[in-house]
Amino acid sequence: MAILANSQTRVVVQGLTGAAGSFHAKQMRDYGTVVVGGVTPGKGGTVVEGFPIYDTVAQAVKATGANASVIFVPPFGSADAILEAAGAGVELIVCITEGIPVLDMVRAKRAMEGKSCRLVGPNCPGVITPGAAKLGIMPGYIHKPGSVGIVSRSGTLTYEAAFQLTELGLGQSTAVGIGGDPVKGLDFIECLTLFEADPETKAILLIGEIGGTSEEDAAAFIKANVKKPVAAFVAGLTAPPGRRMGHAGAIISGGKGKASDKIAALQEAGIAIAPTPAELGKTMAKAMR
Amino acid sequence: MKIHEYQAKSLLSKFGLPIPMGIAVLEVGGASAAAEKIIQTTQNETVVVKAQIHAGGRGKGGGVKVVKGVAAAQEAGTKMFGKPLVTHQTGPEGRIVKRLLVEQGVAIARELYASILVDRARSRVVVMVSAAGGMDIEEVAAKSPESILMEHVDPTLGLAAFQARNLAYALGLKDQVAKNATAFLLKLYEAFMALDASLVEINPLVITADQRVLALDCKMTFDDNALERHKEVAEMRDLDEEDPTETEARKFDLNFIKLDGSIGCMVNGAGLAMATMDIIKYFGASPANFLDVGGGATKEKVTAAFKILTSDPGVKGIFVNIFGGIMKCDVIAGGVIAAVAEIGLRVPLVVRLAGTNVEIGTKMLAESGLPITTATDMADGARKVVALVSGRKN
Repeated sequence: MAILANSQTRVVVQGLTGAAGSFHAKQMRDYGTVVVGGVTPGKGGTVVEGFPIYDTVAQAVKATGANASVIFVPPFGSADAILEAAGAGVELIVCITEGIPVLDMVRAKRAMEGKSCRLVGPNCPGVITPGAAKLGIMPGYIHKPGSVGIVSRSGTLTYEAAFQLTELGLGQSTAVGIGGDPVKGLDFIECLTLFEADPETKAILLIGEIGGTSEEDAAAFIKANVKKPVAAFVAGLTAPPGRRMGHAGAIISGGKGKASDKIAALQEAGIAIAPTPAELGKTMAKAMR
Repeated sequence: MKIHEYQAKSLLSKFGLPIPMGIAVLEVGGASAAAEKIIQTTQNETVVVKAQIHAGGRGKGGGVKVVKGVAAAQEAGTKMFGKPLVTHQTGPEGRIVKRLLVEQGVAIARELYASILVDRARSRVVVMVSAAGGMDIEEVAAKSPESILMEHVDPTLGLAAFQARNLAYALGLKDQVAKNATAFLLKLYEAFMALDASLVEINPLVITADQRVLALDCKMTFDDNALERHKEVAEMRDLDEEDPTETEARKFDLNFIKLDGSIGCMVNGAGLAMATMDIIKYFGASPANFLDVGGGATKEKVTAAFKILTSDPGVKGIFVNIFGGIMKCDVIAGGVIAAVAEIGLRVPLVVRLAGTNVEIGTKMLAESGLPITTATDMADGARKVVALVSGRKN
């Protein structure tokens, strides 16, 4: 079961012929993911690293029955790549690309309204259901099948969390990096909804950071709708206001988006807060007892 | 990226938005000539001399002077130019004023507020106006949120004329002024989208005594991710307004922000970099910087990052915290060793490696013979670097 991705997921990689695309397509295949091919306009009909390449996502879907896409297309072409996958009927679109202009994503999200597909990212590590499928760039070996669902705005903090849970023997049902951009696909609430409904997920670890109010929204949602134990960490307590800390979404402005406010909101909802990023796993384990 | 008021106004003007007549002054003696030209053209003795720095609150800080005549304009300019201007946004040291904007004086009937930005919670661009112009909008939002009016824009349609009218009439504007304000907002939206702005703020947006609608001030910031497709905007970058180490870091495509603590941090991934700053604080010290070397860093990039850290005299210790995913631990180790070989090591260095190729990286560090303290996890590393730094102080 798990969420979003499983061993039945058939993945097409958009931008597979690029350096990052081909490297990670191989890595995903080595992990056991069913990668059915790649898409690069103009290179249809060729075979790269053993993957058949198609000119369009529509052709790839028709030929391979792909139901998921992982995008490694340069930033200015990414919004179009997302829409192409959505148009071809792909159910799960994972956009890894970092640096997409915000207004491109505003337009893309509007165009996806009313469609049933799900977008994860952009600017994210992707989705992994340990032992079943890896749709992204995370190192596979730090994960282990288990009972904790991870949802995170940060890539490397997701690795940190997964590794700690693996070392504690808890493992992960699915780990989802939703990405650090201000305008993105799947948010905390949609992931929490999926994890709450997933029988394999026994507990949820949420990792947020400064910027926006999605952690506050998640706190209210958890309080009202989530029965499973939840632990959380919010990065950026020491971040100065008004500065973009790497992630375009990680900026505190107008007194909103502060880590301390987010932590207070989560605590108020009864969620266990990891005091440091070194105690993500321990805090989760404690909340599960 | 931020730009100056005069640059923002020149962009607005290209989109047909009305601005006061103004001339940018880049050297101390230039204010009088600018004032003279404006006075001649407008037949009005009143001019405004405005300090151009990337910070708000200039009026209260003494960076905006309304004066009469050429001599007074030059005097005001001389007083500001080359000197620090302190506002609530600059910090106590202020910013050195290196550019001025001299503008025509305007007879103001009403001061309003208008801005456009991305509402991330709704994934939409939002146009906001308020009758409380000239005031700090955050204060207005806190005290009387109902006085801020908004229209969210469907990006496939753009700002609809009726939405702009809604805002104009809700501000209590009438007749020709309402029409002018409607046209102003429509053009402002057009400029925002065409330039990939992340914020356009007109505060105040004024109604003049002769019923015109004018952008009296303008603040614009741009989406860094889109700058590559807006060369004319990218060229407006003022390096004097930016920290020189941040400028150096950008050359190597490093995400670097200078802070004022004592522990230099080198981390991969923005979230982990922020969390590393937090854990240093948790153990009782302060981070000297935010530094994300990114996922695809090369040995050269790591070396450059390490040099930037050690060049800061405030740095008393360095913590390298890496969770290798795409980034391989041996690349980090190689970069650190190369940098130390080149520039030496004057402060304690703690390295924590995890993830891809951790064994190779750790072995490289051990065999380098360099005085590097290794850490098993990030708490261990943070604790060690804080202890080493506070030990030096005592």
